Order: sequence, then C-alpha cells, then structure tokens
Amino acid sequence: MDSYGIVFALAGAISAALFGGLGSARAVGMGGEAAAGVITEDPSKFGKVLILQLLPGTQGIYGLLVAFITLSQIGVLGGSGDVSFVKGLLYFLSCMPAAVVLYFSAIRQARASIASIAVVAKKPESFGKAMMFSAMVETYAILALLISILAITGVGSINI
Amino acid sequence: MAVLQMQRIYICGLKKERKQILEEIQRSGVVEIGEMMQDNNVFVKTDVSSAASSLKKNVVTAKEAVLILDAYIQKKSSMLSMLKGRIPISEKTYDDFYAKHENISRISNRISLIPKQIAELKAEILKLQAQKEILAPWVSLDIPLNYKGTKHTSAFAGTLPNKWSYDMIYSLLAEFMPVDVKIISSSKEQTCIFTLCGKHRSGEVYDALRNAGFSYINASVDNSPAARVKEIENQIAAAEKEISDLENEIGSYASRRDDILFLQDFDTMREEKYDVINHIMQSKNAIVITGYIPVKSREALEKKLKEKYKVAVEYEQTSENEDVPILLENKRFIRPLEGTVEAFSPPGKGEVDPTAAISVFYYLLFGLMLSDALYGAIIVIACLAGLLKYKRSLESNIKNTLIMYLFCGISTVFWGVMFGSYFGDLIDIVSKTFFTKMVTIPPLWFFPIKEPIRMLAFSMLVGVIHIYFALGMRLYQCIKRKDYKAIIYDVLFWYMLLTGGILKLLSLQMITGILGLSSALPASVGNIAGIFAIIASIGIIMTNGRESKNLFKRFLKGLYALYGITGYLSDILSYTRLLALGLATGVICSVVNQIAVMVSGSFGIPLNILVFIIICIFGHLLNIAISVLGAYVHTTRLQYVEFFGKFYQGGGRKFKPFSVKTKYYKFMEE
Repeated sequence: MDSYGIVFALAGAISAALFGGLGSARAVGMGGEAAAGVITEDPSKFGKVLILQLLPGTQGIYGLLVAFITLSQIGVLGGSGDVSFVKGLLYFLSCMPAAVVLYFSAIRQARASIASIAVVAKKPESFGKAMMFSAMVETYAILALLISILAITGVGSINI
Repeated sequence: MAVLQMQRIYICGLKKERKQILEEIQRSGVVEIGEMMQDNNVFVKTDVSSAASSLKKNVVTAKEAVLILDAYIQKKSSMLSMLKGRIPISEKTYDDFYAKHENISRISNRISLIPKQIAELKAEILKLQAQKEILAPWVSLDIPLNYKGTKHTSAFAGTLPNKWSYDMIYSLLAEFMPVDVKIISSSKEQTCIFTLCGKHRSGEVYDALRNAGFSYINASVDNSPAARVKEIENQIAAAEKEISDLENEIGSYASRRDDILFLQDFDTMREEKYDVINHIMQSKNAIVITGYIPVKSREALEKKLKEKYKVAVEYEQTSENEDVPILLENKRFIRPLEGTVEAFSPPGKGEVDPTAAISVFYYLLFGLMLSDALYGAIIVIACLAGLLKYKRSLESNIKNTLIMYLFCGISTVFWGVMFGSYFGDLIDIVSKTFFTKMVTIPPLWFFPIKEPIRMLAFSMLVGVIHIYFALGMRLYQCIKRKDYKAIIYDVLFWYMLLTGGILKLLSLQMITGILGLSSALPASVGNIAGIFAIIASIGIIMTNGRESKNLFKRFLKGLYALYGITGYLSDILSYTRLLALGLATGVICSVVNQIAVMVSGSFGIPLNILVFIIICIFGHLLNIAISVLGAYVHTTRLQYVEFFGKFYQGGGRKFKPFSVKTKYYKFMEE
C-alpha cells in the first residue's frame, strides 16, 4: 500500500502545475485578444495593455512553484522517493488549494484585466487604477499558494 | 511632503502682445488657466476653436507623414532612444519656424496623400494584369476580337469549355459546312476558337456552338489581341514608373523628417495656446489672463513678464470652497512616488500629501517581495547606467521612474543579503556541480524557504507596522484639522484595540505555537491587554457613530464601526503576500538553476558550462521580469488598499499648467 503514496503526491504536484498552467494559458489568451484589439487603434498603448494581459499569467507560475516544491519534497527530483500512503494523500490534499483556486482565479482575473484594457483604451492615464482591479483578484491566488506551500513544507516534517 | 500653496493670478496686458505673453507663460509652464471673470461690457471671450481644430488636423497629418516617411526610409529607432529625451532648441529657432511653417505643412500634407495615390496605381496595375491574362490565349489571332464578319460571313471568337480538337469541332459543325474553324489555343480548361461561316447560317452555327458550351470572349478590343497586350504592357510600365516616382518623392522628403517632427510639436503648442485664448478675456486693446499659480513660482514669472512686456499682475488668495488644483512637491528620494499617489488621486481638501509616508514603505515592501541580492544589483546597475549616461537629456518622468527603481533595487539587495539569496541558490549549485565542494553564503538573518513560518510572522509584523503608521497618518491629519475628538475616538481607541488584541493573541499558547515563537507572553499581560481591548471596543461603539443624533442609531453605527476590526485582521493577513512573492522569486530561481544543471549534465566538459550559463541567463532574465512586475503590482496594492484605506481618500484635482507639451523638442533652459 505504501508504494502508492508517491502516486498521490505526484498527482497533487501535477494537478497544481496543470490547473495553474491551464488557467493562466486561457486567461492570458483572453487578455491577448482584447489587447490586440486596442493595438489596432493605437499601437503606443502596447506596453500598458501587455502588462494587463500578463497579470493573470502568474497563476501558471504559482502552479509550477507548488509542483516544484512538492516534487523536491517527495524526492522525485533526486532523492529516495520514499513516501508513505498517508503522507502521499496529505501532499495531494495540500496541493488542492493551489490547483483549484489558481485555475478559477486566473479566469476571473483575466475578465477583470479585459475590462481594465477597455479602460486603458479610452483613458490611458487611468492605467494605475485599472491595473488594481485585476490585481485584487490575484490576492486569492496568492493566499491559496501560501496555504499550499505551508501545508507541503509542513507535511514534509510530519512523521507518518 | 507638501501640497504647494496656490493663488489666483490675473495678468493684464496689451492685445497686440497677446501672442508673446501667452508664449512666455506657456514656456514657463506654471499657470493653470481658469475662468475667473464673467463676460461684461468691456471684456468678452473670443471663440478661436476653428483655428485650434485646423492646427489639430495639421498635427494629425504630420504624425501620418512621419509614419509614412519612416516606413519608406526604414529609420532605425532603438529601445534606448526614449532615454535620450527631447532635443533642446532655442526660442529663436521656434520663432524662425513661423516663416518655414507653410512650406513644411504643405510637404507634410503632400506626403500624407502619396500612399493613397500609390495604392490606386497598384489597383490599376492589378486590373490591367487581369485584362492581359484574359487576352493571353488570343495573342496569335491577328484580327480584333470583336470582329463580326464581312458582308457575307459571320465570325465568332470565343471559348469552348475543356479541350477540343479540330475533329471534334468539325464533327459538331458538320451539317453547316462550309465553316472555317481555327483553334487559337487550347488547354485543359478551355479552348479558344475563331469560327467563320456563311452569314445565312450564322444563327444555326451559333446555336450548335452554344449547345457545346461556347461563349463570346468578354473583351471588346478594337485592334488585334497582340497589339492590345502590347498596349496594356505599356500602361502597366507607365503605372509602375509613376509608383517609383512617387516613392522617390517620399525619399526626397527624408531630409525634412526633423522639420515635420518640429511641425508636429509646433502646432501642438499653438493648438494649446488657441485653447487658452478661448478662455481669456479680451477687450479692444487689452487682454486679461486668469488662472492658478503656485505661490513659489509667481515672482519668477512676474519678473520675466514685466521685463519684456507691458503687463500688470495681481494675486488673490483662493477661497475655502474653491476647487483649487493640487501640485505636489517633494525631495528627490520621495518624488518618484508622486506618480503613485496621483494615480490613486491627488490629496483632497484638508488632506496631507502622503507621498513621503508611502515612499519608505514602498521601497521596503518592493525589496521584500523581490528579495534577491543579485536581481537587486542588476536593477541598481541598469538604473544607474541609465541615470548617468543620459544625465542631461532624461525627461523628468523617466528619470523619476529610474530613481524609484534604483531605490527599490537597493532595498532588494539589502533583503537579498538578509535572506541569503544570490540568483536563488546559484552559488550552492555551481560549487556543488562544477567544484565538487558545496559553498553556501549564509544569510545574514535566515532562509525564508527553510523557515517559512518565521517569514510569515515577519510579514505580518511588517503589516502591523505599516498599518500602525497609517493610523499615525490619520492622527497627524486630525491634529492638522484640530479635530481633537477624532484623535481619541478614531485613532487612539483603535490603537488601543489593536495593541490589546495583538498582545492578547500573543499570550495564547496556540497562536505562538503557530507562529513558531519560543514562548508566549505571560497570561497576566494577556489579561490586562484583553481588558484594554474591551475598553477600547466599548469606546468605539459609543463614539464612532457620533454624527447621528438618535441614540439607538448611534449605538448601531458604533457596532458597525467595531466590526471594522475584521478589516484590520484581513489587512494584516494580506501582508502574507510578502512571504508568498518572496518565496516565488526564490523558488523560480532554484527551478532555473536546477534545470540548468540537469540539461548541462548531458554535455561534455567545456560545452556544459556554456549551456549552463545560457540557460541561467535566459531563465533569470525571465524571472526578473515576472517578479518585478509582481512586486510592483502588489506593492502598489498594499499602499492603495491597506495603507491609504486607513486615512486617505484623495479626490483632489491635479494641477494642469498651460505648458509646452511637445514630443520631440523642448526649449533650452536659460
């Protein structure tokens, strides 16, 4: 039974990277469509809309982060790879906040970003304010990332 | 930390000097024009908006012209060109341009029209080529295609679908002989034929042919196809020549590019001047310009005006309820963050300028989020290089940005050293992989990745300090407003509640256990703190709804205000992003390093070092870009939401002086 521990742990790591990446890919894509529309009218806004497009891209990186920490903790990246069944499940659960929240927050953040891109198209001077709306959504991705990281490092030091 | 004091200014001058006076004010850029007088019998406003709109059109045309020129002469512009700033020119150059204006504006108009002409010619060429293609199968026919026959014969020139041979056609027309058929050309798709028959049978022949799918050629040409093709070729050549002439014409204007750029600036300035003329009062011989001016700039302007022109200048204090524009002025260390404050909103009535308050925390928080010594060093070097190399020519906004990132970079270096991060764990990895002995630079304080809980506690501590500071700002504002009740009710009670609450929590074993602190505060301290917190809560409930007369309502409002404690809790938790973003930078660093080791491991000795370096450079540049964006966004958020939320509403109107807003040129400082 214990030999299945690492399977669960890996499944957790992979789903964090998977859903974070999926969410960000969709989100940045959505932002890109809106940004490209602005550029057809006024190419000088490229820098601003690019930043807005990239804002929901961080979820993918956070997913990668969680996956990486998990992989190095369970010894897939060089190490024993010795994970008990319970521990494997715990790792899996620890990755879940990241996996789920990253995906949905990326999509929602993209929608805020698109609205902000529309603001910048009309009022480039409101860029700072517009950016904030999108940044607000990211808070929850960061909180999920935080709890996942704390849980993963915490599980590492439990002896089960 | 200052909002500059503003005064109303009235400048009265002669109408014949209107242009010069306005240009002087425009160059000094310290007056915001506003209407402060009503129309009366003597002074009226003149409407010159039509002149302004024609200038605007000029600017647009000039912009187009420059784009066209750049497309044709392929001018290189580098990323660094924005650091070079605008080119300084003298006032004389500006005045001399009036003479050149008409000519340059004509050229810019001409350039903007050329692409349309070229496009039309290209369309014409396409049309001619299509005609030529239709005629191509017919070139060996030496009579016109619309030839209908002689007195006794009828001719048909046209096409049959698919490939036909003489046998097939003659057998089709066998019963109408004598018929003469000539196949001009044939291909898989169509066969071009010329048929001649007696006039009396022309109807039947045509029917037979049409049943086989015959159709007349769709081109009425009076001379032979070969001659016509020749003619078309000549026309195409002529059009092509014309296009290249036009392109050469554009090329010949290349030397005028700078003039056209200047035209753009020149007319932008004039347009703004005309906008101002709309707002100034004019009589037959005099003008009155009214507006706001910062008190400290008024002497210099008055002196300059009085030296050259016949003017009278008067000042007036602004009144309490007036919508006075806001201009901030700060020391160099702080100044870059004026932009951050203004992006939120300039200070409203009775508010202090928060720029200085956010500056220190801005640099601190940015450094904590990025927290890698070498990333910081790269930012510092890049900013310093930009600042030193383009010292003279930098525009002030870019200069401010560079200064801001310079300080952010310094703070990043500091925190990087504290947390022992140099490109993440690059030094460990390099020493382990290439020199067999692992070397670690110990952090001055601790490794956040090894002790995340300690970092979490520190992040929240930073949050508590930041929020206490924000309450301090509220206190300062209350003192300035002489609102002594608010000092106790809105500030001191909250300080008491927060401090009491935090101390009480720290005396609980559970909380200190989570935060990894060695020991909890003694229970007696916790109890006293708890009592203080309760007193403060009661105080808040009693007083925070004090604007309501109704006692019950006041109580409810107070309760609601106390509920705001949850806001403080979430604010402090919000600072845990310092940990998350700091870890993110560090972990991505080690991901990059790890990948570099893995990939380079599969190469031989000299090559693996090269591969390692390439992957590291690429990966770390990417990480810098992402992490700086993240740090910038979230530092700003902490300032706007957590910090400003406690004391700052904004709502002021930014000072918008009548000034020179050019893109390419600026006036030399005298």
